[in-house]
Amino acid sequence: MIKNTKFIIIILFSLFIFFIFLKGLEKPNNYLPENTLKKIDINLSLKELYNQKEVLLGELINNNNFSIINIWASWCLPCRDEHNYLLKLKKTKSIEVIGINYKDKKSNAIKFLRDLGNPYSEVLIDLDGTKSIELGAIGVPESYLVNNKNKEIIKKYIGPLDDKKFKEILKIIKNEKI
Amino acid sequence: MANQIGNYSLYVALFASIFLIFQSSNSIRTKSKNLDSKIFSALSVQTLMVLISFFSLIYAFIISDFSNETVYNNSHTTKPLFYKISGSWGNHEGSLLLWLLVLTIFLFIFLISSKRLLNKYRLLTVLFQELIIIGFLLFILFTSNPFLNLFPVPKEGTGLNPILQDPALAIHPPILYLGYVGTSIIFSSSLAALVCGMVNKIWAKHIKKWIIISWVLLTIGIMLGSIWAYYELGWGGFWFWDPVENVSLMPWFCLTALLHTTIVLEKRNIYQSWTIILSIATFSLSMSGTFLVRSGILNSIHTFANDPSRGIFILCFLLILVLLAIFIFFIFQKKILKNLSKSFLASKETAILVNNWFMMFFLSVVLIGTVYPIFLEVINGSKISIGPPFYQKLIVPFLIPFLLFMAIGPKLKWIKDNVSKINLNQLTLFILSIIISYLLVKLYGISYLFIVPLFGLGFFLFFLTIRDFFSKDSTLSQKISHFGFSLFILSILFNGVFAKEFSSNMKVGDEREFMNKIIKFENLKIVEKNNYKSLVANFNISDNKSSINLSPEVRIYNQPITLTSEADISSTIYSDNFLVFNVIKDDGYYNVRYQFKPLMMWIWFSIILISAGGIVGYFKKND
Repeated sequence: MIKNTKFIIIILFSLFIFFIFLKGLEKPNNYLPENTLKKIDINLSLKELYNQKEVLLGELINNNNFSIINIWASWCLPCRDEHNYLLKLKKTKSIEVIGINYKDKKSNAIKFLRDLGNPYSEVLIDLDGTKSIELGAIGVPESYLVNNKNKEIIKKYIGPLDDKKFKEILKIIKNEKI
Repeated sequence: MANQIGNYSLYVALFASIFLIFQSSNSIRTKSKNLDSKIFSALSVQTLMVLISFFSLIYAFIISDFSNETVYNNSHTTKPLFYKISGSWGNHEGSLLLWLLVLTIFLFIFLISSKRLLNKYRLLTVLFQELIIIGFLLFILFTSNPFLNLFPVPKEGTGLNPILQDPALAIHPPILYLGYVGTSIIFSSSLAALVCGMVNKIWAKHIKKWIIISWVLLTIGIMLGSIWAYYELGWGGFWFWDPVENVSLMPWFCLTALLHTTIVLEKRNIYQSWTIILSIATFSLSMSGTFLVRSGILNSIHTFANDPSRGIFILCFLLILVLLAIFIFFIFQKKILKNLSKSFLASKETAILVNNWFMMFFLSVVLIGTVYPIFLEVINGSKISIGPPFYQKLIVPFLIPFLLFMAIGPKLKWIKDNVSKINLNQLTLFILSIIISYLLVKLYGISYLFIVPLFGLGFFLFFLTIRDFFSKDSTLSQKISHFGFSLFILSILFNGVFAKEFSSNMKVGDEREFMNKIIKFENLKIVEKNNYKSLVANFNISDNKSSINLSPEVRIYNQPITLTSEADISSTIYSDNFLVFNVIKDDGYYNVRYQFKPLMMWIWFSIILISAGGIVGYFKKND
């Protein structure tokens, strides 16, 4: 009898731990470094892809209420996945899509945009990758949603945009505009 | 091509596994006296297939075959060859394949080396081990296949995380896995022994070798990880109570307890059930470690790419194994012959039991500290973080009685000892140690609770273990390991108490004074390397007698872009000088951290000694 109770208690205990861990798996666990930059460095200057002119990032995030700064490359596979979302964002007309072409060949980048469509109002090039580091990037693709008025990053998206992130961006734009 | 070969050989291994489970349970039923040659050949085929699969992955990494998704995600053409190879197990998929490889090879070795033992016991071990292998095979094939194809083939990979590009880290995971996987053999064979009713001296003698080898590998594996953290991460310490570090420490405590208990089982034929429970617990802890690290339930520098389906798989698999073990334990526990020989309070077996209690206590502290935040978050959603102070407060005071028992315990005799006569020798050493530590504390003006008894007992253990080398009543392996441990405790104490840190913002040409030393920031230059750019600073640290130059770096890796700080460390046998700097935005200032760490080398050296004791024990002839 005593042995049976012991047995049942141990079984129940292992099941309890099992369910706690199972529950624990559901919680989102996207980890972002805490000391990320909040403000965009408006004095960061980059070259334009098509006409090679130096422009200041601050000048670009002026026209609209919001901008999304997207770091991409033609050799990056996930960038292809997220490309449609960027095109859709462009269509909404309420957001400026700025691309930073990361460590890419000019010809490949242009071909990429010709094949898949160009969502960007401006494409800047970052040949050696240092400018992206200054913006706080840790990989490609990465997108920053920026509030143009105070030049602050509202949200960082590490990895390709997907349906969930896309909807979230639209929601943020809608809510903060009013 | 390599992709297909690797993939199909895994399927063949899967079929071999199914066949082996079927065949071994069949042989057990028919009570065959000799090991079926079919089983041996099926196992050889399986081992060979997993080997082929593993080497085809390494091959894909070497030739940078980016049609393989794992290679694409974790490699890059500009990476040095050495890191291309080590990159193949530096990621989730590849490391699981390595794990599988070790599982099969260990089983193969087990089968060869256990020829003299009962056939049923060997068959049952094969059966249990194959259950584990099949679980891993399914896990690899269906949730983390390292041989997925990419089309169109990308031109360039995304690179291996640069902090993983370190020689210590290239060998740290394989050695740690060897230790982890060794516990699976202990698990399978202890369940088999339980079913056969042979939890006795013979089994203890046989399984002790496996316990020792897993223990040695686990110890060295943990040490290598710690060395990597010290030299590469640049946080200026060797143990951070990071959840993933803890996860490797938990099976270590359990295995250490098991190691000592098996000695009692071998000599006195008692503590049978406890040995089995420890074997099950050790393996379960190793497996939970995999779960905690791979499922992304923990946040840590080690967490691999998160994928909840992987977590659910390992969790269910773990539950099945644990339930299986519990059922078998309760059903076959009756078979354990109760040994009615009397135990006395003052005996070696009691001392070892005390060692076990302490191990279980340390284990519980680490377990609670690691798992409790997860539980709390699930139950009421609040986030807490448990840091080093928790562990230090709970573990450090209990080291005092632990060290005392460790010093005295091994001196006791088996069965019954006479404690009424006070050992004058020991008493003198004890008083001497306390006096030394008191003077030390007085001299350096340290004010920290427990420091006198801690140092005192550390020295006491140190002296006793040295004296042991000249006595004949313990084995050589025990002498070396215990002496190593006393050295370890002393180095940690000195290191913790006498470490000094200095941190300041400096620019080129600045000088700072610290501990009668002058730290001078001499110059800064930019160096271009193959796969990174580097800012190299030059510092000079001088006092009246000597001066050293340290040149820490900040590296900007290109694939993927990452900034890492490389500390520069000058090590001598007395102390380490540790210097690291970080870039601050804007002006020419850099944040400089200088640390003086005494006896750092001795920490590594003492851990090597501890494991060396194990190695000696492994090769010792049975007496």
